[in-house]
Amino acid sequence: MDQNSILDRVKKEFPDLVLETHSRLGQDTVIISKSGIVEIARFLKEDEKLKFNMLADLTAVDYWKEKPRFEVVYHFLSMENKLRLRVKARVEESDCEIPTLSGLWPGANWYEREVFDMFGIRFTGHPDLKRILMYPDFEGHPLRKDYPKTRHQPLVEYRELNLHGNENTTTSRKKEND
Amino acid sequence: MTDRLDQDNTFFEQTGKREMFVNFGPSHPSMHGVIRIKLIADGEFVKKTEIDIGYLHRGFEKECESCPYPNGFPYTDRLNYVSPLINNFGFAKAVEDLMGLTVPERGEYIRVIMSELSRITDHLTCVGACTMELGAFTAFLYMMKAREWLYEVIESVTGAHLTVSYARIGGVKADLPEGFSEHCLKSLSDVSGVLDEIDVLMTRNRIFYDRTRDVGVMTREEAIAYGVTGPFLRSTGIDYDVRKAFPYHVYDRFDFEIPVGWRGDNYDRYLVRMEEMRQSIRIIRQALDTIPPGPTSVDSEGNVINAAAMADLGKTGRTKNLINLEARVEPTLEGSEKRIHAQVRDACRKAGLPPKDQTYTNIESLMNHFKIVMDGHGVRPPKGETYSFVEGGNGELGFYVVSDGTDHPWRVRCRPPCFPIMSGLHNILEKGQIADIVATFGTVNMIAGELDR
Amino acid sequence: MEMTSYSSPKGGFVATSANQFLGWGRKYSLFLYPFITACCGMEYMSAACSHYDIDRFGAGLPRFSARQADLLLVAGTITEKMAPVLKQVHEQMCLPKWVMAFGVCTCTGGFYDNYAVVPGIDRIVPVDIYVPGCPPRPETVLDGLIKLQEKIQNSEHSLT
Repeated sequence: MDQNSILDRVKKEFPDLVLETHSRLGQDTVIISKSGIVEIARFLKEDEKLKFNMLADLTAVDYWKEKPRFEVVYHFLSMENKLRLRVKARVEESDCEIPTLSGLWPGANWYEREVFDMFGIRFTGHPDLKRILMYPDFEGHPLRKDYPKTRHQPLVEYRELNLHGNENTTTSRKKEND
Repeated sequence: MTDRLDQDNTFFEQTGKREMFVNFGPSHPSMHGVIRIKLIADGEFVKKTEIDIGYLHRGFEKECESCPYPNGFPYTDRLNYVSPLINNFGFAKAVEDLMGLTVPERGEYIRVIMSELSRITDHLTCVGACTMELGAFTAFLYMMKAREWLYEVIESVTGAHLTVSYARIGGVKADLPEGFSEHCLKSLSDVSGVLDEIDVLMTRNRIFYDRTRDVGVMTREEAIAYGVTGPFLRSTGIDYDVRKAFPYHVYDRFDFEIPVGWRGDNYDRYLVRMEEMRQSIRIIRQALDTIPPGPTSVDSEGNVINAAAMADLGKTGRTKNLINLEARVEPTLEGSEKRIHAQVRDACRKAGLPPKDQTYTNIESLMNHFKIVMDGHGVRPPKGETYSFVEGGNGELGFYVVSDGTDHPWRVRCRPPCFPIMSGLHNILEKGQIADIVATFGTVNMIAGELDR
Repeated sequence: MEMTSYSSPKGGFVATSANQFLGWGRKYSLFLYPFITACCGMEYMSAACSHYDIDRFGAGLPRFSARQADLLLVAGTITEKMAPVLKQVHEQMCLPKWVMAFGVCTCTGGFYDNYAVVPGIDRIVPVDIYVPGCPPRPETVLDGLIKLQEKIQNSEHSLT
C-alpha cells in the first residue's frame, strides 16, 4: 500500500473534515476538525485496505498563545500493512472538548484520562473521566504552559527542618513522632 | 472508604454483602515499584478490580521542556530504569530524525550491542522477580548474579551500571574500550549458562507450571484493542516486533528470530522472555563479529592507549591501587579522541561536540563547542514534530518530540509500552484468584518509572 | 569522619554495659522494610544479592510488614502522591526505628525540581542516615549501613 495514497483516500472520503495533510520527515499527518475524529478513526480501523487496527498513542500539545490552544494528537498503526498515520485535531481553550475514542479502542480510555489530567481537555462520552497520574486534591493541569513547574501542592504538610541539631533522628528514646 | 488518594467512593461502594474490599497497596513486596490495585473479592475469587497509578509521576515531560535537548538524557535513563540504554537511544533517535542527522556505522553497531545488553538485563530482572514471588528464590539469585556480570560489561563502556546517559545526539558518548569483545563474549557465555540452569529449574517445574499455565490469559483481540506491544503481544501469537517491522539502527543486517507464544498466558510470557534473551545474545555475537573496525583510543602521537586506563577506577570501586598513583591529565585532552571521533559521532556540527584537541587549539571549533553547550545557544532542531519508536523491553517505546526551533523542546512525550498493558490488566485479573494476581503482575513487567513518567 | 555521639547513657557500669549489649544486638539484626519506588530499587537488589551481600552485615532479612521492621529503607523518588503512604508506614512502625534515605531523590529530591516530587523525605519523616548517589553504588550503601550501625551502637537504648 503506497504511503501517499493513504492521505489521498482519507481526503477523498472526508473532504469536509480534513483540513490539511502533509508528509514532513516521511511521517504522514492529517489535520482534521475535532468533530470528525470518531468517523475518521472508524474508517481507518474498518477499511479493508488500510486496517489501522492499533491506536499506538494519544496525546496533546499545548500551543500557548496560539488560537486554538490545544492540539490532540493520535498515532495509528497498521500491523499487517506496516503503516503509520498521525491525526491531529485542534481544540479551543474555551470549548475544551472532543469526542472520545474509547468506544472503538478500549485502550484509549487511560490515554484520554491522562490527557484530561495533564491538560484539562474533556472527552465527551468517556465512561470514567478522572485524574490518573495526579491525586484528586490537585488543582490545575500540570502540563499546561501556564502551570509553573515548581508549584507544589503537598498532601502531607512539610516538617520544619533543623539541620544543625540531632532532633532529626528517631532513636529508642521515647519521643512522639514528628 | 475514601482516603485522599481516592477520587470518590464509588469503587468501594460496589462491594457486595458477602464480599471483601482488599487494597494491594502502593507499597507492596513485589519489587516492581509502586502501584495500587483495589480489589473486591469473594473469598479467593476476584470479582472487580481497579488499578490506580501515578505514584511515581516525576514530571519527566515538564522537566524536559525546561532543559536543552542534550540535558534530557539523564531523565530518559530513569524512565525504564532496568533497560536505560534503550530509552536513551530512543530519545536520541527522535532528535536525530528531527535534525536529519545520520549516525555513523560504528555508532549504530555500538547502539545495537548496548540495546541488546539492556534488553537482557530487563528480561533477567523481570523473570527473576516473577519467579521469586512464586517462591523460587534460587532462580532470582542466579539471575541477579547474571545481571551483575552484564552490569560490569555496561560499566566498562559507560561508567555506570544503571543510570548511564550514554547516548548523545548524533552518536554515542565514547567508543568501546579495548578488550570489550572478549569481556562481553565471556559474560554472555556465562549468562547463557545461567539461562540453561534456570531452564532446568523452572521450565518443567510442576509448581511453576501449575501456577502460570492458563493463568492471566489475554486474547489476541484484547491485546490489539488495548494497544499492547512487546512480549505481551507476542505471547498471544502475533509476531509484531518493531525491530523487524520497521527496522532501525542496523537490525536488518542481523539474523534473529522473534519468539511467539500461542496461549497468551503467564507461562508463554515467561517462555517468550527466556527465548528473547537467547536471541539477544545471538544478535550481540553477530554484531561483535561484524562491527566495523577501528582503533579504540590513540594519543596525540598515534600510540595506542589502553582504554582501561581511561576508566575511573575510583568510581568503579576498585580503589586498592589508587593510593600511590600520580595524577594524570585526561588522555582526551591530548587528542586521543581524534581518530575515533568520526566513527562514533556524527560529523554534523550542529549537535555533536567537536574533538577536544580541536576545541583547545582552534577558534572555529571553540566557537562550535560554545554554541552547542552554552545557555541561549544549544542544539536547535528545525521547527517540526516527529514520532520515533524503538523496541523497548516491554514493547514499542515511542518518543513524540515537538520542536519550536529553540534550544528547549516544546513538548516531549514518551509513549510507555507498559501503559496500555496496565490499562487492560483489569480484565485479566478479574478472571482469577487473588494468588494469581502476583503471578500475572510479575510477568507484566510494569516499570513504574516508565508507566508514570 | 567522626560520628557525633548522642546522649551518652547515664549510669554506672551495669547500665552502660547493658546499653552496649543492646546496641550490639540491635545493630547486627536490622530488619529492613524496603520501601522501594524507583531506580534505587535496582541498586538495593544488587546490594542484597550475592555480589555485594548485605546479609553479612546482619541486615539481610526484608520484612514486608511495617510492624515487624526496624529500619525503613526508602529507596527511590517519593512523589507528592506517595507521601501520605510513606508517613503512614512510618507511623505504623514500632520503636526503636530508624530511617535510611537511600538515593539522592530521597535526600533532597534529586534533579527533579517540579510540582510532583517531594524535595527530600526529611520533610515527611525524620531521617537517620542519608546515602546520596543516583543511584548509590552498592559499596556506598554498605558504607551507609555501617555508619548507621555505629550510630545505633552509640545511642541510648532502653528495654521499655
